[in-house]
Amino acid sequence: MSAFHRPTDLTEALAIAAGPGVRPAAGCTDLFPATEAQVLAGPVLDLTAISGLRGIARDGKGWRIGAVTTWADVIAADLPPAFDGLKAAAREVGSVQIQTSGTVAGNLCNASPAADGVPPLLTLGAEVEIASATGMRRLPLGAFLTGVRQTALAPGEIVTAILIPEVAGQGAFLKLGARRYLVISIAMVAVRLVVVDGRIAEVSLAVGACSPVAQRLSAQEAALAGLTLAEAEGAVTETLVADALSPIADVRADAAYRIAAATDLVRRAVAEAGRGA
Amino acid sequence: MTIRQPVPLGLTVNGRDHHVATDPTRRLSDVLRRDLGLTGTKSGCDAGDCGACTVLIDGAPVCACLTPAAQAVGRRVETVEALAAAPETAALQDAFLRHGAAQCGICTPGMLMAATALIRRTPHPTRAEAEAALGGVLCRCTGYAKIIDAVCNVHPGPTPEMPQAGAAVGARLPRLDGADKVTGAERFGADHLPEGALVVRAIRSPHPAARFVFSDLDGFARRTGLMVFTAADIPGENRFGVIPPFADQPALAETEARLRGEAIALVAGPRAAIEAADLSAFPVSWEILDPVTDPAQAQGARPVLAERPDNVLTRGRVVRGDAATGIADAEHVVTGETSTAFVEHAYIEPEAGAAWMEGETLCIRACTQAPVMDRDDVAKLLALPVERVRILPSGTGGGFGSKLDVSLQPLIGLVALKTGRPAVMTYTRRESMQSTTKRHPARMTASIGCDAGGRITAMEFDGTFDTGAYASWGPTVANRVPVHASGPYFTPTYRAETIALHTNNPIGGAFRGFGVPQAAILQETLYDDLAEKAGIDRLEFRRINALRDGQPTVCGQSLGGVGIGACLDALSVEWVRAVAEAESFNATAGRMRRGVGVASCWYGCGNTALPNPSTMRVGLTPSGRVVLHQGATDIGQGSNTVIPQICADALGLPLAAFDLIGPDTALTPDGGKTSASRQTYVSGKAAMLAGQALRAQVLALTNRAPDAALLLSGAILTVRDSAGETTLDLARLPVAEGYALVAEESYDPPTAPLDADGQGAPYAVYGYGAQLAEVEVDTVLGTTRVLRIVAAHDLGRVINPLLAEGQIEGGIAQGLGLALMEEYLPGRTENLHDYLIPTTGDMPEIRSILLEVPDPEGPMGAKGLGEHALIPTAPAILNAIRHATGARIRQLPALPHRVLAAMWEAGR
Repeated sequence: MSAFHRPTDLTEALAIAAGPGVRPAAGCTDLFPATEAQVLAGPVLDLTAISGLRGIARDGKGWRIGAVTTWADVIAADLPPAFDGLKAAAREVGSVQIQTSGTVAGNLCNASPAADGVPPLLTLGAEVEIASATGMRRLPLGAFLTGVRQTALAPGEIVTAILIPEVAGQGAFLKLGARRYLVISIAMVAVRLVVVDGRIAEVSLAVGACSPVAQRLSAQEAALAGLTLAEAEGAVTETLVADALSPIADVRADAAYRIAAATDLVRRAVAEAGRGA
Repeated sequence: MTIRQPVPLGLTVNGRDHHVATDPTRRLSDVLRRDLGLTGTKSGCDAGDCGACTVLIDGAPVCACLTPAAQAVGRRVETVEALAAAPETAALQDAFLRHGAAQCGICTPGMLMAATALIRRTPHPTRAEAEAALGGVLCRCTGYAKIIDAVCNVHPGPTPEMPQAGAAVGARLPRLDGADKVTGAERFGADHLPEGALVVRAIRSPHPAARFVFSDLDGFARRTGLMVFTAADIPGENRFGVIPPFADQPALAETEARLRGEAIALVAGPRAAIEAADLSAFPVSWEILDPVTDPAQAQGARPVLAERPDNVLTRGRVVRGDAATGIADAEHVVTGETSTAFVEHAYIEPEAGAAWMEGETLCIRACTQAPVMDRDDVAKLLALPVERVRILPSGTGGGFGSKLDVSLQPLIGLVALKTGRPAVMTYTRRESMQSTTKRHPARMTASIGCDAGGRITAMEFDGTFDTGAYASWGPTVANRVPVHASGPYFTPTYRAETIALHTNNPIGGAFRGFGVPQAAILQETLYDDLAEKAGIDRLEFRRINALRDGQPTVCGQSLGGVGIGACLDALSVEWVRAVAEAESFNATAGRMRRGVGVASCWYGCGNTALPNPSTMRVGLTPSGRVVLHQGATDIGQGSNTVIPQICADALGLPLAAFDLIGPDTALTPDGGKTSASRQTYVSGKAAMLAGQALRAQVLALTNRAPDAALLLSGAILTVRDSAGETTLDLARLPVAEGYALVAEESYDPPTAPLDADGQGAPYAVYGYGAQLAEVEVDTVLGTTRVLRIVAAHDLGRVINPLLAEGQIEGGIAQGLGLALMEEYLPGRTENLHDYLIPTTGDMPEIRSILLEVPDPEGPMGAKGLGEHALIPTAPAILNAIRHATGARIRQLPALPHRVLAAMWEAGR
């Protein structure tokens, strides 16, 4: 007999999560598409009734996005310009319907190479807060995601929040798909840019859908540091962008196209963020 | 499989409290539909890809299929059934009706709910806001334009009045069957759930080619509590097909599966037992065969079907004059090739239906385009006389050709017949995509020549069509293409040959245009190359060659009422403007380039040189109602409205006096299949003849003149001419079969068989069209945005401009998908997130120009339109891409990486 749990208290939830084969669930926008059945299989732990797990809050150290915060919550939240990329990504997640139900943390736990939330969160230096009955830990997002549909979550662990340090600058996000709405990316790019006295003082770049896990582009970031915005366009090259990526060919595009497209998206995202910075 | 104890859940739906006991993780869509009977919420994909199940929870739109019921507890759920009760949402429903925003209606509840969330927040949205709010709901019929129109114009408009007697044809009339589509009351295939029905599931082949043997079926049945049915249980001849001489498809495969997803067995049982069973443990073992997947290699490969050892299904041929010499002697010659992909119909309603016994009669209520063909195929498979099979079509949530072939009708029929119990079945999206027909992939080469003045002198065309594992409509495609591949242009010498080859790929069947859209892509793109060589403007080049009345077609047929010249002429002002605007834009733009393209279509309405009659019956009841027995299925295209409009004017009574019966094979004469753009023309003509015949009876009884006016008041029919008036009390006339007066008429298009060279008269009526596409191509990313399409179509006589525009807009949406994004790959795109169809945000502005060049044969001059609208779109877009960038796309769809590659090849 499989159980269904919908606790209102985190401690209780963590005790349940320790049970064998328990599947955490939130918006269910990835769990249901994975089955043709009318019900979810196995013991299910629904996290959406737990108090304190939803919403975006700021304390002295930074921002906390509760695990069951939805994309619609992100769109509605009052956030600084560095989060504009995350907000833009939120508007590109599936459809309005998916944004209503789907959660930011669920997007990370599903660990799709084309997860819309990952590139902007990488540019924000996000960490993932993980809890279990025996304690809590934090991992940088890049370490949390370990492969296609794989994360560092151990049995009994659930994500409780995404933590973002105080970050400056202007964010931007661009997604390329073969149609306007409800589309899985061919490639997507997030950028966060700090411009001081007309020069790039700080730049974070991340590309999704071009590798098993979305990647920061450290070589390209290094090449942009210190340049003026006018110089930046010419300093974005396929070689530097491709350095961190390993795209595949699939039904959406071939690998070479993905690199070329990612390079162009980086160029345009840097320019877009530069206009706001 | 999970067995979870039902728990009591309290749900507040549409302001009412409900208590259900169910698995708390059950999809809310399933609970709404089955536990609460609120079937207005539709299920199209169970994956959040189509949005048909959109409901509001606490005012926000969600996919009910992705929402566990437990998460709705304590919250406010709103479904389509609630909309009529509130003025603002009732106005939205009216706006949908008034604007023609619902065609088949399967997406309508989801659209309405998403729109409700929007207009409560933003009562007067912009088009962009409406597109974004509705971007999560897919529609395959409308092309979205009229849906966005409705959402942006909710404020109460003038209530459309029913036309007066004699004024029905030509009226911009909302569809007569629309009310149920906007309230959620329309019953589609999955919405009829007879009490105590057995749920049927198919066991399907995971392999494209494999032999199989069953082992312990009895043990499986015992363990699961399910009944098992295999081909051995089929009492009749286990082969069906839409063209009887080619019938080759088993309802259940016997020993060998020939395509991925082919059904090999059925299980049936109570829903709980079906849900609990592990169907992956079904006792079958497979011997995998080497699949034939490449049509180019099919001849000489392992036979897919023993009866066609060379894998050749059929060939088509039309030859007129000496085309080889014509090409050799031409001043300018172009040669090219194009290949197209499998294209999925992607109607939002997966196949679904119910079957039950009424006495000795097997009744089947399922979505379909062809009730009488369904009846005949089911009767043959189940060894029943046709009188013992009754098809009562459900609402059909889109068809586009694929629901011409039977799918689950024989399967649920078998279970109902064998058990005596009602049986229901709904395909999953994956099953629907795997097992039903697709547009034939084509590999085509052609050469076209013209003289120095740009007049076409010759064309040669060769096309190979992948017809997949079974015949379906492969012969029709092979025969239609050579007849149409010239396009609507005078082509004095011509050779077109086609071959349809079997593979272990999906079945190539009917899809809006039967191969003609594929051929038009090659011909129309070559016309641009040829116009360039001849140094003639591309629109002018087409006008020079447009077929004219009396000029022989490539089949040697002389036609009247040829409207292609009028269509091209109607584009000329827009053409000059669009080309100038594109050139001006490109003079200053950077990476973005604009281009303009044009393409034409012609399309013969009805079967190719074969009989395809329709019969209509219309009667006057003793109480003074006009009843039309209308057996033509309306799958959204509008025959429930257009055919009564024609009949009303033929009879001379107002449409408001009409009631509609059918379709139902027990109640309606055969209206033929909804395909080949034939219902307005063929069934419409039968309805006109029936209306005229009934009118003649009235005039004969009253001895009044042919132009007499008919006035109906209750049971009193007054007939008035210039000499006076006579009244008939219908209640006092003798009653036969429920009618005081009744007429039934048939119409079959006059065609002539084609000879060995394809010469003859394949169709009695053709329709024509030409479209102009304006695109913007991002030359760095290779992405194409279609900005605007102007569509000029000759309908002969416009029966209903509102519905005609809907056909054009919907056809353009499918043509845009064919051009830019749609490619079905077995095993890889078996869902609606990997297989992409256009969303609200992908559609251009569309201007429809409806032209009337009367056809001598069509009813009141009318011609068909349904398929025509799709044909020019893809080549017009491809020609615009070429104009913008130089890229010649030879492999469809024009995905961004293919556009870039073609640009590099063109050296730009």
